Amino acid sequence: MNIFLNENPLTVDEGITAYETKNQVKKDADVVILNGFLIKEDIILHANDRLTLIRKGAIPDREELEALLIARHTPGVFHKVKKARVGIAGLGGLGSNVAISLARTGVGKLLLVDFDVVEPSNLNRQQYFISDIGRYKTDALKDIIFQINPFIEIETKEMFLDESNIEDCFKDMEIIVEAFDSPECKANLVNTILSKCPDKYIVAASGMAGYFSSNTIKTKKMLRNLYLVGDEVSAAQPGCGLMAPRVSIAANHQANTVLRLILGERDI
Amino acid sequence: MIINGEKTDLPTGISITELLRQLNLDRDKIVIEVNCELISKDQYASVLLKQDDQVEIISFVGGG
Repeated sequence: MNIFLNENPLTVDEGITAYETKNQVKKDADVVILNGFLIKEDIILHANDRLTLIRKGAIPDREELEALLIARHTPGVFHKVKKARVGIAGLGGLGSNVAISLARTGVGKLLLVDFDVVEPSNLNRQQYFISDIGRYKTDALKDIIFQINPFIEIETKEMFLDESNIEDCFKDMEIIVEAFDSPECKANLVNTILSKCPDKYIVAASGMAGYFSSNTIKTKKMLRNLYLVGDEVSAAQPGCGLMAPRVSIAANHQANTVLRLILGERDI
Repeated sequence: MIINGEKTDLPTGISITELLRQLNLDRDKIVIEVNCELISKDQYASVLLKQDDQVEIISFVGGG
C-alpha cells in the first residue's frame, strides 16, 4: 500500500506500523507524527496515511523543511491554503499577528499593506523586534515571516489606503483582513470592499482595547461577506490602552476566520 | 423599523443622516445596510426609512 512519508509517496507492506516504518527509513527520528498527531505509542498504518519523521536538532534541507513544517496540520488543510491569496490592510497589533498565523498555516500568498514604520510603542503588542525600529512594517514583517515559513509568497505595499486605491490594491486577493487602528479607516475599507468588490470576503475587527474579559471577543457574520471580530465596544482611548493579549486574541479570531473561509466554512 | 434586530419606535420617513444623528453615530465610522442592501455615504441624506425596514449598523471603535 502507499503512504506519504514526509509528504512523499512511499510503498510499504500492509499491516506495517509507524515505528516499524521509522526503523526502516529513519531510525534516528525522535518525533513521529501521524496524520497531524504526535504519537507516543505504535500504531498500524493504513493506506494514504501521512507519516512524518523528524530528528530533533537536525536542520533539514529546504525541500524536506516544507513537509516537516506542516506535519502537525490537519491533513488536507495545507494543499488548500497554499492556493489562497489574502490581503492584510494594516500591520499593527492585528495585522502583524494575523500575517504570522496565516504564514505559519502556509497561506500561499500574503499581500501586506502599511504606510508606517516601526516605533517603540508598537512593541507592546505588535510582532516586531527592537532591531526593526525605523524600518517599514512591510519590510520588517516580510523578514520575520521568512524566518518562519520561507515557502510562501509575500508581496508588500507601502501606501495609505483610501477609497481611491483600495479596489486596485486588493484586486488579486480573495479575502481581505481589516487590521487598521482608526475607526474611520476601518469603516472606509469595509464600505469600499463591500460596495466595489462584492465577490470578496472581508474580515474586520472592532473593540479589543483594555484588559476586559477575553470571552467578550467574538466573531460574528454580519452583512453579506463581512465577518466582524471583537467586543464592538472597547475603544482605544485615553485611559484605555491596547495590549498584546486582547489584541492578539482578536487577531487570531480574524486569522481563524480566514482559514475557515479558505476551507469553505462560511458559518462562524 | 428594526435596527440591529431590535424593534425601535423611531419615526418613519427619516433619512439615514437623521437616524445617525438620533442614535449619536458618526457617519465616518459606520457601515449601514437597509434590507440587506449596503448604503453608500452619498446616499445617507436621500434614503428614507420605512416602517418595516430592517437596518443593520456596524459602528467601528478604534484600536488595532
